Amino acid sequence: MSIVLDQAEIARALKRIAHEIIERNKGVSNLVIIGIPTRGSFLAARLTKILSSLEGVEINSGYLDTTMYRDDLRNSAPRSLGRTEIPLSGVHDRDVVLVDDVLFSGRTIRAALDALSEHGRPKTVQLAVLIDRGHRELPIRADYVGKNLPTNRNERVQVCLSEIDDLDQVKIEGRA
Amino acid sequence: MNRHLLSIADLSKEEAVNLLDTAAELARVTETPVKKLPTLRGRTIVNLFFEDSTRTRISFEAAAKRLSADVINFSAKGSSLSKGESLKDTALTLQAMGADGVVIRHPASGAAHRLASQKWMSGCVINAGDGTHEHPTQALLDAFTIRENLKEPSGDLAGLNVAIVGDVLHSRVARSNVLLLQKLGAIVTLIAPPTLLPVAVNTWGCNVKYDFDSDLNSFDVVMMLRVQRERMEDAFFPSEREYARRYGLNAARLSLLNSRCIVMHPGPMNRGLEISADSADSDKSVIVDQVKNGVAVRMAALYLLLGGE
Amino acid sequence: MSINYLLKNLKDASGKRIELAISNGRFVEVKDAAPDSEIIDGKGLTAIPGLVDLHTHLREPGKEDAETVLSGSKAAAAGGFTAISAMPNTNPIADTAGVVEQVFRLGISHGICDVFPIGAVTLGQQGKILSEMGAMRSSEAKVRIFSDDGHCVWDSLVMRRALEYVKAFDGVIAQHAQDPRLTHGSQMNEGEVSAALGLKGWPAAAEESIIARDLLLNEHVGSRLHICHLTTIGGVELIRWAKKRGIQVTAEVTPHHLLLTDELARSYDPLYKVNPPLRTERDVMALREGVVDGTIDVIATDHAPHPAEDKDCEWAAAAFGMIGLETALSVSYKALVESGLMRFEDLVERMSGAPARIGRYEGHGSLAIGNEANFTLVDTATNWRVETPEIRSKSKNSPYLGLELPVTVRHTYLRGKEVFSQ
Repeated sequence: MSIVLDQAEIARALKRIAHEIIERNKGVSNLVIIGIPTRGSFLAARLTKILSSLEGVEINSGYLDTTMYRDDLRNSAPRSLGRTEIPLSGVHDRDVVLVDDVLFSGRTIRAALDALSEHGRPKTVQLAVLIDRGHRELPIRADYVGKNLPTNRNERVQVCLSEIDDLDQVKIEGRA
Repeated sequence: MNRHLLSIADLSKEEAVNLLDTAAELARVTETPVKKLPTLRGRTIVNLFFEDSTRTRISFEAAAKRLSADVINFSAKGSSLSKGESLKDTALTLQAMGADGVVIRHPASGAAHRLASQKWMSGCVINAGDGTHEHPTQALLDAFTIRENLKEPSGDLAGLNVAIVGDVLHSRVARSNVLLLQKLGAIVTLIAPPTLLPVAVNTWGCNVKYDFDSDLNSFDVVMMLRVQRERMEDAFFPSEREYARRYGLNAARLSLLNSRCIVMHPGPMNRGLEISADSADSDKSVIVDQVKNGVAVRMAALYLLLGGE
Repeated sequence: MSINYLLKNLKDASGKRIELAISNGRFVEVKDAAPDSEIIDGKGLTAIPGLVDLHTHLREPGKEDAETVLSGSKAAAAGGFTAISAMPNTNPIADTAGVVEQVFRLGISHGICDVFPIGAVTLGQQGKILSEMGAMRSSEAKVRIFSDDGHCVWDSLVMRRALEYVKAFDGVIAQHAQDPRLTHGSQMNEGEVSAALGLKGWPAAAEESIIARDLLLNEHVGSRLHICHLTTIGGVELIRWAKKRGIQVTAEVTPHHLLLTDELARSYDPLYKVNPPLRTERDVMALREGVVDGTIDVIATDHAPHPAEDKDCEWAAAAFGMIGLETALSVSYKALVESGLMRFEDLVERMSGAPARIGRYEGHGSLAIGNEANFTLVDTATNWRVETPEIRSKSKNSPYLGLELPVTVRHTYLRGKEVFSQ
């Protein structure tokens, strides 16, 4: 097991992503930040807080559970559902930034795009992830990446966030 | 969770709470413009009804369709207990049709168990009411409704006082509720004439009373059971009038319930017999909520049984 | 012509070394064995008198797809029985001399097992008009036992008359004790399990109240009363009380009521659906005690064959009953001997001597010199497994399928002729 990011590095990565989001979208007025449960939701909340303190305005944010839209449900026992909460502003014609902890096969994001389209037609959909570990199975890429982390398929990347875990940390397990 | 939902007895407390939590999340999602989830796309669910029950069938049908499953309604009323292998032959037909899940309502206790335990078919079986045995999804939607009204939106029913009143002997709703509500920490009191209680009711772990009028204000929930009028002919009680007087929820008893108490009924109601119109329509009544919650709870059950491998 | 045998190295049920000489279909002294006797080494085998069943359903005439006199006889021989008693609930019902003679002759012509027909007490087993019991008694079948089994003789007056009437010819009324009103639609024992399963309960009192009534009636009229298939603590206590009081009564219990309980219904598998129903563990223990102390005179199978489609369905739609001829000895041994409650020779008495006396089945129930050579050789050291293909009965509705049981029947002899061997 080795530690990939510590608390300070996670904070720094999020701050950088926040700046990139503002720069790319030329402000925050049309933004909606949507976290993908479980840990993506906490990252989205942190990101929203950084963005609003940087810009001095409230940012629309919410959560979007992708479980019921997954195409690999039949490969494992049924998962518990995460929370879905779309902000009152809705997503229609908005610049939506999906936030997740780790980008791997891309299947969660595909499910998220499906789920999102049920709630409206965003102007753009962007993707922010803390870790991109490669091994994509679908043509999906992240717009904002905290850290690119080349991995083997059989390694396990674990993101711990103080909201539900004891501390902020990203570690990798199973490395030979 | 097991591969089938046959009896509340097969669910652990954790599984039951998880099912209620899943239902709560699904209820939230389906309140938004999102009416349909793709989860069970390509799966076939058969509603196999050997007994008329439009409301239960519609509830399951709506739940399955909101999960994008293909639904086949198979009404076999009349052929039920007629002769020989009807259940077996039906099961073989369903197997040939490739049913992934079968929702069965049947007048014989244990019919769902038979369907699940024989090697007639491979799909999962959901018991939608078998004779006088159980009706697990009804109990789950009742627990959901109780939790929604009287508790936090998650967790169990610890400490709540629930009265179940009426024909417990013949009630599959009562059997499932006694098991589930006690599993979730509620204190259950059965109130009925002794003729309408099983002789071994003392093994169920709940309180039993013959008098509906004492301590009425102690209950958080009063759940009225449907009384079949034909029971009178088998000498279970002397007359409808006497039954309604002694065990009906009328305006006088309604006024003695405590302020937070809710009134439930699994439907269809015999207004004027076990429940008066003013009780059924009072602001304590959550009977309409029960029907509404039925869809979310059945979606949760279908998802947890059929959503995984 | 019959073959003469000399069987050596045998044990009897008490474990004593014995030899059996058979000549012209009867037991003879070993010293009188015919010189041309075939000598058989019976090492490892125990000789017991052929078992006698007072309660068998053969389904012929009327439902030959479930069982015939022939298939039932083969099953009986395989179970070690040399005499069985065919219950009258066939189609047509055995309530006339004609039907009982037909069944009796079928048994004779097959020659595998003696088949003694039981006559119906009432016409059509309807419980209203007495059948011509005298004619059945005088027929070739010499009917001694009368029963409406499957139905209770519920009408107190009809029961009284039946008991009185058969006194004229030493008949016995075998009562199926079941109050029909208290058991209308009943599916299983009424208690904790029926309450949980939502299956309509069958109270013990529905059986015991009829037993109590019949005991009092018979005390009054002094006939011969036999109570079929006891299943409850209360039933055993009533019989014990009656015997102490001097009331003439005999009682039977089935092997399944000595081993199985209503807990098995939790599977909803109709193989466990039987009339009278399986009761509780406490009842089972009381029944075993009743057999041990002699309150219960005989063990009878209530062998009730049903075709697969009558069991391969929902519980409520299924037929009542289980087959038992081929497993009776093993199941009873397991319940009573293996459990240490009873000696094997006493069990054999309950399954052979006592029922032969109640039915007046001369030539059965004893290995005595001069008696008909109706006997069975069993291997008490070898277990066997109940498997569907091995069942000789036409129907396979055994609750013991897949179960390993003690005591293997090796050979059965009817009047000196080997009718079963494995």
